[in-house]
Amino acid sequence: MISVKPGSLKESRPHEYVMRFVFGGLCTAAAGLIAKKFGPGVGGLFLAFPAIFPASSSLVESHEKRRKKEAGLQGERRGRDAAAVDAAGAALGAIGLMVFALMVWRLLEGRSAAGVIAAATLAWAVTAGAAWWMRRTLVHVLRRRKTRSASADAAELERR
Amino acid sequence: MTESLVRFAIGGVVVSLFAILGDLFQPKSFAGLFGAAPSIALATLGLTVAHSGKAYAALEARSMMLGAAAFLVYAALVSWAGMRWKLDALKTTLGLMPVWFAVSFGAWMVLRVVR
Repeated sequence: MISVKPGSLKESRPHEYVMRFVFGGLCTAAAGLIAKKFGPGVGGLFLAFPAIFPASSSLVESHEKRRKKEAGLQGERRGRDAAAVDAAGAALGAIGLMVFALMVWRLLEGRSAAGVIAAATLAWAVTAGAAWWMRRTLVHVLRRRKTRSASADAAELERR
Repeated sequence: MTESLVRFAIGGVVVSLFAILGDLFQPKSFAGLFGAAPSIALATLGLTVAHSGKAYAALEARSMMLGAAAFLVYAALVSWAGMRWKLDALKTTLGLMPVWFAVSFGAWMVLRVVR
């Protein structure tokens, strides 16, 4: 189930917000400079550069680790698992990113730029959300099947 | 220089906003979607349209599709490697970054040759 946890914002420290701002700003400025120097073909690639992904992933890991440590547990493994799950989500978000780019490419000319960019952003959200929901449903179905087959095996063993 | 500073400021704000959205949501797999939000594109496309026109921005968006496909491969590999070997997140994401460059530039070059 999806939930919003405003309290999780308190987990980030001020320097972490600054780091994201600086990384994001640098990558955006660099994308502009690359497009200017090498043209829109190469410049466009960098519009989908995983700009703050390494920093975000590392923050997810350290927040989870800290949470477990505060609960008196060894959180290194859980932190790494959380970062891996976060990366799986980013992979699904990238499907939405492809749809965003496709819409801007095909629809921009002859239409309002603001309208097309807004519609493409909505398409990103819908596609990414749908991909996440489909993956979640698939994982649940596979897990249920595995549990059912394990309990069937156990019942068979008992019968013997 | 001024244009770069404007891009820096807008990019910093947009990327931070999506990162905050990602922090707000649970579960982690859903929050991760925001890691691949079109933050750089949103920060830069409006300026590109204003300075270089819609045709130029559309060409950038066409290449962006390849960059996004490379992001998909890269993030999936990061997730798989993290689950499989329980590696440090920063080392995994940075260590696999060449995958993004190889896939995006490789696909771009293939398309150039084909066309």
